Amino acid sequence: MAEKPSKVLLDPFFNSNPISLQVLGICSALAITSKLETVLVMAAAVTVVLGFSNASVSLIRNHIPNSIRIIVQMTIIASLVIIVDQVLKAYSYEISKQLSIFVGLIITNCIIMGRAEAFAMKEPVGLSILDGIGNGLGYSLILVVVGIIRELFGSGRLLGHVILPLSTDGGWYVSNGLLLLPPSAFFIIGLYIWVLRTWKKDQIEEN
Amino acid sequence: MRNDTIGKTFLIAGLLSIVCSAFVSSSAVFLRPNQERNKDLDRKKNILMAAGLYDEGTSIDDQFQQFEIKVVDLATGEFTDEIDAATFDQRKAAKSPDFGIEIDQVNDLAGIKRRSQYAVVYISQDDSGSLNQLILPVHGKGLWSTMYGFLALDADLATIKGFAFYEHGETPGLGGEIDNPRWKEQWVGKKAFDEMGMTRIEVIKGIVNPSNPDSQYQVDGLSGATITSRGVKGLLQYWLGENGFKPLLTRIQKKEGGNHG
Repeated sequence: MAEKPSKVLLDPFFNSNPISLQVLGICSALAITSKLETVLVMAAAVTVVLGFSNASVSLIRNHIPNSIRIIVQMTIIASLVIIVDQVLKAYSYEISKQLSIFVGLIITNCIIMGRAEAFAMKEPVGLSILDGIGNGLGYSLILVVVGIIRELFGSGRLLGHVILPLSTDGGWYVSNGLLLLPPSAFFIIGLYIWVLRTWKKDQIEEN
Repeated sequence: MRNDTIGKTFLIAGLLSIVCSAFVSSSAVFLRPNQERNKDLDRKKNILMAAGLYDEGTSIDDQFQQFEIKVVDLATGEFTDEIDAATFDQRKAAKSPDFGIEIDQVNDLAGIKRRSQYAVVYISQDDSGSLNQLILPVHGKGLWSTMYGFLALDADLATIKGFAFYEHGETPGLGGEIDNPRWKEQWVGKKAFDEMGMTRIEVIKGIVNPSNPDSQYQVDGLSGATITSRGVKGLLQYWLGENGFKPLLTRIQKKEGGNHG
């Protein structure tokens, strides 16, 4: 099954987006999207881990015994995540404090193992890297959209800069507290999927 | 399926473990100096913030220069030079048999069971060399976690200059509101002690009534976080009490009084 590299890279943006079509990786999308800054770091971390994990799994795909392939994938992913966590602690301490446990939880982000199992186990290294980065960016895209909505309307800021002055600080904007709570991301992602499937009707699942 | 022989399975599992552990451990080792430095900066920043002296523009290390760092023997309130303040770790000391002591359950208002016999305090002085601010490390049990913070006292050693936690694991949105800047602002200007030297500061249930004469000792409770609020009150009572920094405060007060009088 030879695929065009550009298609492998770009499809996950809308056509086969890991969150909106495959509905994977929702847990972290709920947890860390209340501020755009943490979103950007998390998105970068997931994209990096995805790229490297797909590359490493693909590199040794012809030697992985079938009976332990899931464990092999987990080991590779877990190691990568720990390294990313260490790097964040060393170079971006404030943000790693805010992301706290969620960096570690990238290990259990279904997107990464899903892509390793579904793509990197079968395809050559180059394509696998593109697939990893594409899916990472597709995940990032949704996270950024959710993050912008939640931070802007939840706390009147974007990346910490005041856009809508809050009434509690003497401004005019009465913030929507729900948007600061994790469940709001459910609504936003739900609406996003709805809009997307109105636009791309082939994504609607048959009953 | 030559990959699925037992030998190959073990070989791959073994090799993979070795390669992965090499990567993980080398990243931990090489990045450690940087991480330690970040932790240190974070702590210093929190001290500066508690003191209300933090200025985002200038380097934290430079700002920290203004503090004189002293190790104090809590029981006597005397400063000691026997312990190096730069390397002293109060949390480790509390656990060690040499430096830590057990706290009687009756006296354990902070719920911490053991404490170090020594503590590192930070003193900022004005140009004439008299005490400007004294910053004390405090900690105590909240609902889920031990909350670690710094309390800054003004030159009279009774007025609170600032109070902030730098590490805790309380519920975000409820107990976690101890990080809320507006709640923290309330502490500024409150009195920790009355004229008789009694520890009076408390976190009350509900909102402080400003017309109440006791309001100068009171801070709003956090709604939905009764146990965290109680923990904050308890830890202040403990650390400002006889078993905490009281001996030190009394000693400095005498000395300062002597200097001026």
